[in-house]
Amino acid sequence: MRAGRAGWPDFDTALNTVAMCLLAFLWALPLLYAIWTAIHPAAYETRFVLTAPLTLDNFAKAWAAAPFARYFLNTVMLVTLILICQFVLCTLAAFAFARFRFPGRSLLFTLVLLQLLVMPDILIVENYKTIRAMGLVDTIIAIGLPYFASGFGIFLLRQTFMSIPRELDEAARVEGISFLGLLWRVYIPLAKPTYLAYGLVSVSHHWNNFLWPLIITNSVETRPVTVGLSIFSAVDAGIEWSVINAATLMTSGPLLIAFLLFQRQFVQSFMRAGIR
Amino acid sequence: MGVIKRFDTALIASAVMLGQIATASAVDLEFYFPVAVGGKAADTIQALTDEYVGNNPGADIKAVYAGSYQETVTKALTAARGGKPPQLSVILSVDMFTLIDEDVIIPFDGLAQTDEDKAWMSSFYPAFMENSQTGGKTYGIPFQRSTPVLYWNKDAFKEVGLDPDTPPATWDEMVEFGKKLVKKDANGNVTRWGVRIPSSGFPYWLFQGLTTQNDVILANSDGNQTSFDDPRVVEALQYLVDLSGKYGVMAPGIIEWGATPKAFFEGQTAMMWTTTGNLTNVRENAPFDFGVGMLPAHKRRGAPTGGGNFYIFKDSSPEQQQAAFDFVKWITAPEQSAKWTIATGYVAPRPDTWETDTMKAYTADFPPALVARDQLEFAVAELSTYENQRVTTVFNDALEAAITGAKTPADALAEAQQQADAILKDYR
Amino acid sequence: MLHRRAWVYGWLFLSPALLFLFAFTHYPALNTIISSFFSTPRGRRPAKFIGPENYQEMLQDPVFWKVLSNNFWFAAGTIPISIGLALLMALWVNSHLRGRTLARMAFFAPTVLPLIAVANIWMFFYTPGFGLIDQIRGGLFGLPAINLLGNPDTVLAAMIVVAIWKEAGFFMIFYLAALQSIPPVLREAADVEGAGRFYFFRRVMLPLLMPTTLFVSVNAVINSFRLVDHIFVMTDGGPNNASSLLLFYIYETAFKFWQTGYAATLTVVMLILLSVLAIGQFFLFDRKIHYQ
Repeated sequence: MRAGRAGWPDFDTALNTVAMCLLAFLWALPLLYAIWTAIHPAAYETRFVLTAPLTLDNFAKAWAAAPFARYFLNTVMLVTLILICQFVLCTLAAFAFARFRFPGRSLLFTLVLLQLLVMPDILIVENYKTIRAMGLVDTIIAIGLPYFASGFGIFLLRQTFMSIPRELDEAARVEGISFLGLLWRVYIPLAKPTYLAYGLVSVSHHWNNFLWPLIITNSVETRPVTVGLSIFSAVDAGIEWSVINAATLMTSGPLLIAFLLFQRQFVQSFMRAGIR
Repeated sequence: MGVIKRFDTALIASAVMLGQIATASAVDLEFYFPVAVGGKAADTIQALTDEYVGNNPGADIKAVYAGSYQETVTKALTAARGGKPPQLSVILSVDMFTLIDEDVIIPFDGLAQTDEDKAWMSSFYPAFMENSQTGGKTYGIPFQRSTPVLYWNKDAFKEVGLDPDTPPATWDEMVEFGKKLVKKDANGNVTRWGVRIPSSGFPYWLFQGLTTQNDVILANSDGNQTSFDDPRVVEALQYLVDLSGKYGVMAPGIIEWGATPKAFFEGQTAMMWTTTGNLTNVRENAPFDFGVGMLPAHKRRGAPTGGGNFYIFKDSSPEQQQAAFDFVKWITAPEQSAKWTIATGYVAPRPDTWETDTMKAYTADFPPALVARDQLEFAVAELSTYENQRVTTVFNDALEAAITGAKTPADALAEAQQQADAILKDYR
Repeated sequence: MLHRRAWVYGWLFLSPALLFLFAFTHYPALNTIISSFFSTPRGRRPAKFIGPENYQEMLQDPVFWKVLSNNFWFAAGTIPISIGLALLMALWVNSHLRGRTLARMAFFAPTVLPLIAVANIWMFFYTPGFGLIDQIRGGLFGLPAINLLGNPDTVLAAMIVVAIWKEAGFFMIFYLAALQSIPPVLREAADVEGAGRFYFFRRVMLPLLMPTTLFVSVNAVINSFRLVDHIFVMTDGGPNNASSLLLFYIYETAFKFWQTGYAATLTVVMLILLSVLAIGQFFLFDRKIHYQ
């Protein structure tokens, strides 16, 4: 909140600052704990003394337990693949819904909205059969297939496209631009913030997804990071916090650091027009 | 439609790039394995599989890490229903009836042709085979098997004047020792409990220790009849509830499995019941002298067995089945199973493994590893029925209801028995 | 667009997305609805038509009612609190307070930490005795150990806290975007008129943030049914189903009990529930958008 008005006493700002820092600290606690355990021997998992010896063993152990570099690469490929396909498919569909009249439009739109509710997570057995029939079991593309057409994405983009004044595209049509050209030159640039917002939702969802990738993949070459992390969630022998946290940091670290470095640009470009 | 065309090309290109192109070789096998004891287990299985493939060019076995036990059976059955099961998998021994019911596995008997094969099949501890056989056929070969044991903190025993080398031998002794071991701080808060019997997730397993000691078997060998409401089961549950309530030697509420070893290392509990799969973990991390003993006895000594068996899946060619059989035979052979036991702490499933030099050296150096083997003499089959997970969930819910005080042991168990009867009536 | 052949283009643009939707959503969902009227096939016994029997079984299943009410409380706990906190975080981070960059980082971090791994950290926080909460309770206040996950009265609240932690920072980003799109002129005008800060927030900012709130709340509703990863790791739905949610129960029924017929029935119920909630919200959302 801006302390612009002269009438606001300073302690108000101070109070807000303290409250914000407190909440931020609470929010960061799991991360701080992860860092603490990852760089100290297991004996200090529950003891927070400043003199605890530092070590990198946990990272070495985690690194040795699963091919995380490969898993990380797979996750990046997976997330990128899904994002690109979602953007392409959803843009085309949203454009159709926003700008064309054709028989069956309302019915089809309702069918699209249905996908918001029918989460692929609960259709695992059926989807496995389909993927199997396509001969794509154990491929990165198979992890993504059920998510390529996203009802949520279509809906969001349709809303944005509908808010774009029609005069713009009529002017463009007069100049003889094709529909695809119109989409590419007018609609997509104007919808950038929506793409960013939706991209964030999509990336964070697929970055975290676990069960479906586990079921549909069998090899190191296709499995994402979450499957690699699950090896440490094995409960029989008790939780090894130091190793699992080292693994979590290793795999989430790059994304966290990227956000730290680019957060200003990221947030700003995101905001340019706000999501409507 | 330039965009779409480009998209299609990209799709095909990535499918080719990312796809697994099956290599044509003599016999291809897919082998799912779960990991329940951390990263080292996965490495060991992978190393053993590689060693076998290296020596047997005719068989190309691909070991696939399939998550926890639960995730492995989910994955295997999903794959089987989708028409592409693995040829071989390690799955919980108690899922045998489910796998038979789903008609996805075959017995080993048909594959054992030579006398040597047959001898191999009868070379395992009978306690483990109980969960591998039904209707006179053998469906599972014991591999990563365990049994619960008692771990105790010798320093804590010394501190309160108990003999550090003698664990409690009976239920009464466990309470008596426990009372001595409970320690409170100035505020009257307990800083160390006497004993810890974890009850989260699958409380039935350790509870089966108590029922066996109270001389009652929870399910018949046909897997269609349970005895949850037997008075001896109620009595065992009452004892478990009393440990926290009446005797005050165990923390109240549901006790978490995963945090149990840590609580032991931290001195939060002087004794714990947990799987032998924890031996290596405790050995590496306990900052004090510890002992490993059999579970205390009541009417008799007793403990359940646990863990996973090898299963061969039906939807595979005869060559694949034979190759799978040969691989199982090799990996359970004394030298291999010794390596496996030492790496993980699982109980080597056959007597001759314990006679190998590797194993002898290991047990000489670390005698607690022998406790589990010696306890096998008193061990019984782990609770297993048709629709196993459903029945055990009903049972677990009843145990949790009693432990958290929502129901009395007798009521909770009577209801559980009713529900189990309803589920199992189709199988009688 | 009143193009004569508009519908040809419409269908052309739509078809790739529809192809995927039909293959991976509608076709399997239809199969699910059909199976809800069949018995569960087991190896040697094929499924047979049993009409509404699964639905009757469901109405008599105490666990179903338990998870339904759990899910209701879970939604009632997570949705308003995570949205409220998200807005507060966005306001703070959007201000000129010291330390806002670090705070933004802290709020956002849960979004990129996979729940399947972080759930273990929360487990440590909640562990009685040596867990973080108990170390603080015991160390600072001399209070006895508290078993949050092992007690049916507290376990759901503990799960709600984890979900809020996971979601609030994610929603914050959307509010932040919306806040930055509010022209500073508005604030200045309000200052000139002498409007109080709370008044300004309530009468000017909240209405402007409405579309974002709806967007975020749709996500929150869907997540309150979808977020179950931490339950797998932390409680397995226990004790005695006290922390089990509808999707978790569907998983259990489908992949632990292998009662596919019954799981399909539960899924249908979940679909109906979500349809009522989400479609309702979406049409509201839709209308708001048109006003802009």
